[in-house]
Amino acid sequence: MPVIEVENLTHIFSRGTPFEVTALDGVSLEIRRGEFYALVGATGSGKSTLVQHFNGILAPTGGRVRVCGIDVSDRRARRELWRRVGLVFQQPEQQLFEETVFDDVAFGPRNMGLSREEVSERVADALRLVGLDPDRVGKMSPFRLSSGMRRKAAIAGVLALRPEVLVLDEPTAGLDPLSRRQLMDRIDRLRVERGTTVVLVTHSMEEVARRAGRVAVLHKGRLAMEAAPREIFSRAGELRALGLDVPATVALMLGLRARGKQVRTDMFTASEAAEEIARMLIHTGKNQNTE
Amino acid sequence: MSGVDLEIEKGEFLALVGPNGSGKSTLAKHLNALLIPVEGEVLVDGMDTRRPENLWEIRRRVGMVFQNPDNQFVSSLVEEDVAFGAENLGLPPEEVRARVDEALNLAGLSGFRNHAPHLLSGGQKQRLAIAGILAMQPDCLVLDEPGAMLDPSGRRELMDTLARLNRLKGVTVVLLTHHMDEAAAADRIVVMSGGRPVRVGTPAEVFADEELLRELGLELPVAAEIACCLRRRGFLVPDDILTVEAMVSYLCRL
Repeated sequence: MPVIEVENLTHIFSRGTPFEVTALDGVSLEIRRGEFYALVGATGSGKSTLVQHFNGILAPTGGRVRVCGIDVSDRRARRELWRRVGLVFQQPEQQLFEETVFDDVAFGPRNMGLSREEVSERVADALRLVGLDPDRVGKMSPFRLSSGMRRKAAIAGVLALRPEVLVLDEPTAGLDPLSRRQLMDRIDRLRVERGTTVVLVTHSMEEVARRAGRVAVLHKGRLAMEAAPREIFSRAGELRALGLDVPATVALMLGLRARGKQVRTDMFTASEAAEEIARMLIHTGKNQNTE
Repeated sequence: MSGVDLEIEKGEFLALVGPNGSGKSTLAKHLNALLIPVEGEVLVDGMDTRRPENLWEIRRRVGMVFQNPDNQFVSSLVEEDVAFGAENLGLPPEEVRARVDEALNLAGLSGFRNHAPHLLSGGQKQRLAIAGILAMQPDCLVLDEPGAMLDPSGRRELMDTLARLNRLKGVTVVLLTHHMDEAAAADRIVVMSGGRPVRVGTPAEVFADEELLRELGLELPVAAEIACCLRRRGFLVPDDILTVEAMVSYLCRL
């Protein structure tokens, strides 16, 4: 059963003004419970606008969005929606505001009326999930942390709500390679262990290739493609026309293909690609193996 | 940051890499006197950043693009925003207009001149911030993760723009990035850790030190990583293969 149902969604900003922009135009899609669903598209394609409907920050201009069975246009259900759907905005570290990291992460759980012990337990759990040591950073001011740690603390604030659906809008932009990998590992573990549905907005085709079960491509406010990464990345020409690309490993294999080499192109990691290249070299007798 | 010694040549394309919190942004802010050294000195074209009378000239010569362009807008119209810095240089209106046209063109925003900056998408905003600097025709561009919010084609366009400015106009480029594929395109790479440069060299030299990169949680460019895997399998792949294009032509020459 889908946890997110988007039906013919249209969103128009600044309607009736000279700045009127149709950000989403007749988008329909369904996201299943426990799925890792990626959303990609050129800047301005409507990705952020789309996910802001998932917890009712934006209401549809036309069409319908249901999340966890709740119609996001229903104002009375907003509070429940906010609790069940966690949305991590772009650059969430700008929304830190409390005096200590603990208080910042505790803000959501406290508002849910949880007991003091329960709040503490959730804060510690959420900080550990993003790889921060609660004892070490809990009492620190969020503004004294490095940018990467601030990002993690902000994400912990959303995780502390223990949402069923976790929506992340470019969570790894600006993080170093190790932090990026660790954060994505932890989010995927959350999905596997707790059944959290993950919706990831990203510009990193490598992240999509390695993590997503399915991926949707938005283009100028419309749904242009939706399939498994393997299928999507076999359509390099179409992707590039939409301002996107394939992972570098796939680009390499396609480059070899274009020069007449017989290789498979659906290689998503360096070791997969190296294996396929080694196979090609041995097969064509260009084996300069030193041993 | 402590005890940093570094020289950047005129016309050089320098990449600054390192984990979050390694001091990249702090170092960058010293390059146009947004931060003043507590100890030691920073000279820009021979001008000491500690002397207040040099500030204006240093900041005209060294343009800075930050991670988050939202904090850098001053106008409600794209072309006015791009014109702001150039106008402040006291240039005649025709000159300002010509520079704005060129900058918008270089940043791929010609079609957006009458739009409102706050209604642009994240990537478009980033390109607008760059256009505003370009209109001041700086000698040196310092960019702090400018591509972090860009889509792949925006990133490619940005890198092409930087390469073009560097090669054709001789603009010195200092690029802070977490993307090793971008760093691979630089003349030199400075690896930062714990507030100081721990390695300086050409991309081929830096990426040959796989162990250091791994220790710092950094990565190799994809092509170099594939080369590593192939070497482990006993294939002789040269050290200087750092890009996808170089790898494809190498394999096709065999």
